[in-house]
Amino acid sequence: MSLNQEMWAALVVCFSAVFTQNILLTTFLGMCPFTSVSREVKTSMGLGAAVVFVMTCTTILNWMAYHWILVPLGLEFYRFILFIIIIAAFVQFVEMLIDRYSPKLYQNLGIFLPLITVNCAILGASLFMVIRDYTLIVTVGWGFGAGLGWFLAILAMAGIRQKLNAARIPAGLQGPGITLIIAGLMALAFIGFTGVLG
Amino acid sequence: MGLVFLSIFIVSLLAAGLALLLVIAERFIANYGSCEIEINKDKKVTVQGGQPLLGALVNEKIFIPSACGGRGTCGYCKVKVTEGGGVILPTETPFLTKQEQDAGVRLSCQLKIRNDLKIEIPEELLSVKEYQCVCTKIEDLTHDMKRFRFELQDPPQIEYVPGQYVQLLCPPYKGSPEEVYRAYSIASDPAQKNIIDLIIRLVPNGICTTWCFEHLKEGDPVKINGPYGDFGLTDSQAPMVFIAGGSGMAPFVSILHYMEHTGNSRQVKYFYGGNQVRDLCLDEEMKRFEKALTGFEYVPVAADPAEGEQWDGQRGLVTEAVQKAYSDLSGHEGYLCGSPGMIDAAIKVLTSMGMNEGQIYYDKFA
Repeated sequence: MSLNQEMWAALVVCFSAVFTQNILLTTFLGMCPFTSVSREVKTSMGLGAAVVFVMTCTTILNWMAYHWILVPLGLEFYRFILFIIIIAAFVQFVEMLIDRYSPKLYQNLGIFLPLITVNCAILGASLFMVIRDYTLIVTVGWGFGAGLGWFLAILAMAGIRQKLNAARIPAGLQGPGITLIIAGLMALAFIGFTGVLG
Repeated sequence: MGLVFLSIFIVSLLAAGLALLLVIAERFIANYGSCEIEINKDKKVTVQGGQPLLGALVNEKIFIPSACGGRGTCGYCKVKVTEGGGVILPTETPFLTKQEQDAGVRLSCQLKIRNDLKIEIPEELLSVKEYQCVCTKIEDLTHDMKRFRFELQDPPQIEYVPGQYVQLLCPPYKGSPEEVYRAYSIASDPAQKNIIDLIIRLVPNGICTTWCFEHLKEGDPVKINGPYGDFGLTDSQAPMVFIAGGSGMAPFVSILHYMEHTGNSRQVKYFYGGNQVRDLCLDEEMKRFEKALTGFEYVPVAADPAEGEQWDGQRGLVTEAVQKAYSDLSGHEGYLCGSPGMIDAAIKVLTSMGMNEGQIYYDKFA
């Protein structure tokens, strides 16, 4: 593949990761923060932005670690452990960095960083990248797109839940119950995008 | 076999590399240098940045009250930050009212020092000191309460208002890896300035009370800091009702000693409640105060004396005893010390009997 073709492929993968293969709504990864931090639009934006950032960076780092270290040594089966420690170390490092240099950003983004270290969507994005054999450039598109898709889904959910505050929901369905039902409906709606990329 | 060693080696190497990176980052990025804190516009201290304000102040021997040890759960360590505090964190908002937030009040355990700060703390907290003491006497008061006597070494004397409390430092011991501070009311004669008595009731699995009951021995060194709190007698001459339960006895011992020394003849009825007779303590001392103080009357109340217990005092709840003793409490002052449940119940009863809520003073066990 030429560079041009790769860029194009990255764009397509990015687009499909946001809409047709939304990591949250098609594979239901990262459900825990999705249900617990989606009460307000403002906090869900902070968490979503953190996910976009971490997902983009960690998929790139993990691609490098996988293709440059594990594959040459024949240790591909160690990817789970390696990906997890790279994600954890990276998040720690970034948290320290923004805590030091941008207290304002730390306020809005930093407090969510430790939360998403253990988010399975982050690890999932790295594993999909391996399974689907993406090149480095396509991985950039994939990581960013998958993060953006997650961001979009939690933002939509937070918007819906804020509206729901005024609704009368049966006692047994309040909180996570109704959130999961809405997530299911959103997933159905996102299936509508499937035909877009043919 | 080679693969096993190779893989262990590679994974360890990578993990060690990442750990090293974090250590270096911690050293250079999370290094905030030294920062200056200006306290009440005159005193200045220089501290290492990057640590919480509460810890930095404690290192400077400025003791801000804190019951939870800096975990952001008690909400006691409020400090007014006039400059350099940054934005209020989500971990602080549950403890700060709107007015406090507007005035710049912060939880000092949550505020990380990143730059020079200007703060204001109540003057009386500056008189709070740390005292090195020796435990000279441990006395059983009931089956689950003991009285601990601490003799001050350095500084040798303490000034406090009867009713105030101190914080006792519980060192790490087996089963509790960290230092914790716990607050206890002073139960000694304020005229004996070199002595602090504490009445402590064993809380099952309590960190500090377990240490006091099982590890602390006579002759051991202990550290306390204080005094704190605004519980204490008013200057008025209004008749008073004291209500206490269990180790809530403590501040009243100190207050009664003080009244004896100052020849205070205010009318006081002291209702002291326990579940059974064996839960009541210091009966003799109270009887002595009854003789020494003209206006003082002691009313011990046992809710439910066990079979075989000798009891000719009142039965029932303390609040019931109060209702029996008075018909109208308007113009009286109420002083309460005990568990939150007891205090809330007592406030309800006292106000329903005509006591002005502004004249009820209490010290709730957190």
